[in-house]
Amino acid sequence: MIRKRESDDKKQWFLYTANLRTKTIVIIVLSALVIISIFVSGYFIRDIPTSFVNANQMPSLQHIFGTDWMGRDMFQRTIAGLGLSIMVGFIASVISTIISIVLGLLSSFNKFADECVAGIIDLFGSIPHILLIILVSIMFGGGVIGVVMGVGLTHWTVKEIRTKEYIHLAENLGKSKVWIAVKHIFPLIISQIIVGVILMFPHAIMHEAAITFLGFGLPPHEPAIGVILAESMHYLSSGYWWLAFYPGMSLLIVVLLFDFIGENVEKLLNPETAQE
Amino acid sequence: MNKNRLLKFFGYKLIRFIILILVVAIFSFILIDLSPIDPVNAYLRQAAVSEAQRQILENYFGTNVPLTTKIFHWLVDLIHFDLGTSLIYRAPVIDIILEKASASMVLMAISWVLSGIIGFALGVVAGKNKGSWIDKAVKVYCYAIQSAPSFWVGMLVLMIFAVYLGWFPIGFGVPIGVRSTDATFMEWASRLVLPALTLSLVGLAPIAMYTRNELIQVLSSDYVLFAKSRGEKGWDLVKNHGIRNILLPAVTLQFLSFSELFGGAVLVEQVFSYPGVGQTAVAAGLSSDVPLFLGIVIFSAIFVFVGNLLADLSYYLIDPRIKESEFND
Repeated sequence: MIRKRESDDKKQWFLYTANLRTKTIVIIVLSALVIISIFVSGYFIRDIPTSFVNANQMPSLQHIFGTDWMGRDMFQRTIAGLGLSIMVGFIASVISTIISIVLGLLSSFNKFADECVAGIIDLFGSIPHILLIILVSIMFGGGVIGVVMGVGLTHWTVKEIRTKEYIHLAENLGKSKVWIAVKHIFPLIISQIIVGVILMFPHAIMHEAAITFLGFGLPPHEPAIGVILAESMHYLSSGYWWLAFYPGMSLLIVVLLFDFIGENVEKLLNPETAQE
Repeated sequence: MNKNRLLKFFGYKLIRFIILILVVAIFSFILIDLSPIDPVNAYLRQAAVSEAQRQILENYFGTNVPLTTKIFHWLVDLIHFDLGTSLIYRAPVIDIILEKASASMVLMAISWVLSGIIGFALGVVAGKNKGSWIDKAVKVYCYAIQSAPSFWVGMLVLMIFAVYLGWFPIGFGVPIGVRSTDATFMEWASRLVLPALTLSLVGLAPIAMYTRNELIQVLSSDYVLFAKSRGEKGWDLVKNHGIRNILLPAVTLQFLSFSELFGGAVLVEQVFSYPGVGQTAVAAGLSSDVPLFLGIVIFSAIFVFVGNLLADLSYYLIDPRIKESEFND
């Protein structure tokens, strides 16, 4: 009783007393909230007002990211661009996760299929990523579909499923294939899907921005981050640094947040680290 | 024995190389063939021609030839080192690639060496002083730079050094109005500094992180504990037990990064208008110059393959354990 009261007296900010699991969940929820709010507000930003009176203004309290050559508020443009990037990144990540799971299952089928999958991995690894994405996006005729497919079809990583030790053990114990599939492989795949999608996100978003910056991705009238940065290239020599600095910085923060969420979710879902 | 094994190694690699390039050539050709690019339109660029002339062009480009025949012709030409004629430069693709590649190679070689040395040094310093402010600074830098788009890093470098400080020209391989063959060495070099700096800043992050983590692991091992108990300490300890162990995998990792190096060069060249392969690839892709683009794809595949080969060789040549087992054979 006495000890309890003592701890009540010294009660600190609750995160100090919480265990690692709670802390991890809090971190995930907070980061996810930031990203969701960016996505939702990005969705609702349409038709940013232009006013040529306020063109090319330095960052100020009114326009915290400054304004561009048409007097549009760069903060709104950045948020809209990030929302778009998150959406493209999400679809691309889902596609590549599906591919990696299909290939992973295929490679566990038999030896020949395994060799084929290894060949495909070699082929995709032999061309620099960016050229491969450009190639695929050209194949789909560019535009939104081109970017989504280009990023989605090139970012998968095949994970071994069959060779986990406990699956062999279960086979040796005489469990039926269905039992193994339901009890071992299914949970493994579910956690792999979740972690895979989240960890794919940062790469997908970065490559989407890069491809759009080069001019292959989203069309110039979309408010994508790549488009904003490509546009700001024309104003670099005029010294309008805020046009490039803030959008890129925001992209960096979003990518870091996704990395953060991915690592923490993996910690929770991975049975080896979840109990720490 | 040694010679035999080396021959076997190279023979195996050569066969792999040929198969890989064939597959890459066929694969990229099929992808481009599936795309909505029409070779006749790409050639004409909206010039008005009569129906009969269009018919001639269609025959020339073989739009109605089945895919298998097209692939066969493409492979036969490839074996003769004939990659076709570029549509935007109106010159043989292979000449353009060779010309642009030499510019890119200089850029990539400089930044590859710089990022390797600086990255390794930073990693060693950070790993030795684990938990200190220097370690934290290196870690934060690496995390941030790996999450930043490399073209954006290039734009920042451009803004700081070329626009704000005015130390370097803003772009282009040579000054405007000067032919690339007439440019002086200084004119070349001054335009090389910023792209090389950007590529190095981006490229040193993975190698620094890797070195740091490996060094920390080595320093917590039993044999280092034993060395410490013998009285070794400070830099000698790191030099004798740490660096000797990490250097080889670090070199290998650096060779394996050729693919990312190429990707980074594409973006950085675009930012700095540096006349290299990357910028040419983007130009070719944007204006549907199919022969040039396919040529660059094959060139990049060769480039990456060489990187992987050198990584394998570095194990073979540098690792004292493998060398010793050779002599014992």
